[in-house]
Amino acid sequence: MGLTAIAFYVMATVAIASGLLVVLSRNPVHSVLWLILTFFSAAGMMVLMGAEFVAMLLVIVYVGAVMVLFLFVVMMLDVDFAELKRGLANYLPFGALIGLILVVEMSLVFGHWIFADTAPAMRTAEMPAPAETPNTQALGMILYDDYILVFQLAGLILLVAMIGAIVLTLRHRQDVKRQDILQQMYRGRDVELKDVEPGQGV
Amino acid sequence: MAVFANTAAVATAAGTVGGVGLEAYLTVAAILFVIGIFGIFVNRRNVIIILMSIELMLLAVNINLVAFSAHLGDMVGQVFTLFVLTVAAAEAAIGLAILVCFHRNRGSIDVQDVNMMKG
Repeated sequence: MGLTAIAFYVMATVAIASGLLVVLSRNPVHSVLWLILTFFSAAGMMVLMGAEFVAMLLVIVYVGAVMVLFLFVVMMLDVDFAELKRGLANYLPFGALIGLILVVEMSLVFGHWIFADTAPAMRTAEMPAPAETPNTQALGMILYDDYILVFQLAGLILLVAMIGAIVLTLRHRQDVKRQDILQQMYRGRDVELKDVEPGQGV
Repeated sequence: MAVFANTAAVATAAGTVGGVGLEAYLTVAAILFVIGIFGIFVNRRNVIIILMSIELMLLAVNINLVAFSAHLGDMVGQVFTLFVLTVAAAEAAIGLAILVCFHRNRGSIDVQDVNMMKG
């Protein structure tokens, strides 16, 4: 068993174990931290597969942004999480049954599928040899000419999501005093300058 | 690594992707996906854990896409992974914004209270 295989098995075990702990841990903060570990192991597996750019994106975007967002929200909301966990024992058998059925269905598929003979011919963007073109460069070349429209649309989706999140969470509180710049500028000649001697006051 | 060369990646039927076979990666992805669905059923009162379960399922899908991309030697799988990541990030942001809004109005994040939103 080679070193890469050992690395794969370690990361797969960590990913599955921490994935289970995401679902089952009592404290949502711990759940977020376990999810971060899952994403790190998945990124490691993607590095093993030769997809370095996607792996680094997973670490930077997911662990660095999305998971921190989750952590913010979990810590910001004042929720009694123990109360929400109350019915867990009731749902456990049903959830386990659904999971078991899914595992059986997926395992029926495994080992029974083959690639079509025409599969190599149907590739639209063949992967260049990594010695000549690194993964990031190859991805950039295909992303910026063949998939430029979809790439721009992805940016548009992110913009819409950003505006939507701001609109949803913005609120104008009436009970706080704010600076009214226009009122300050329109103020009349009621301002008077006084020469105050030091130490005497007005 | 002959698998990644642009010639006849598929021809190696028992070809390996990153040390182990393709099936190993697919198994890990399948297990993670099932854990995600299991999490939705088990934590059906806590919206935050449900959102995290959805993230877990999307991660499983991404692993599948990258595994097939590496096995077939086709870059499109990784491009698609980028778009799945984008949509997942947008979904997480909007979902958490709705959650904050809901908690502000209702004072709890129990899913069973969400039916107050119906008109």
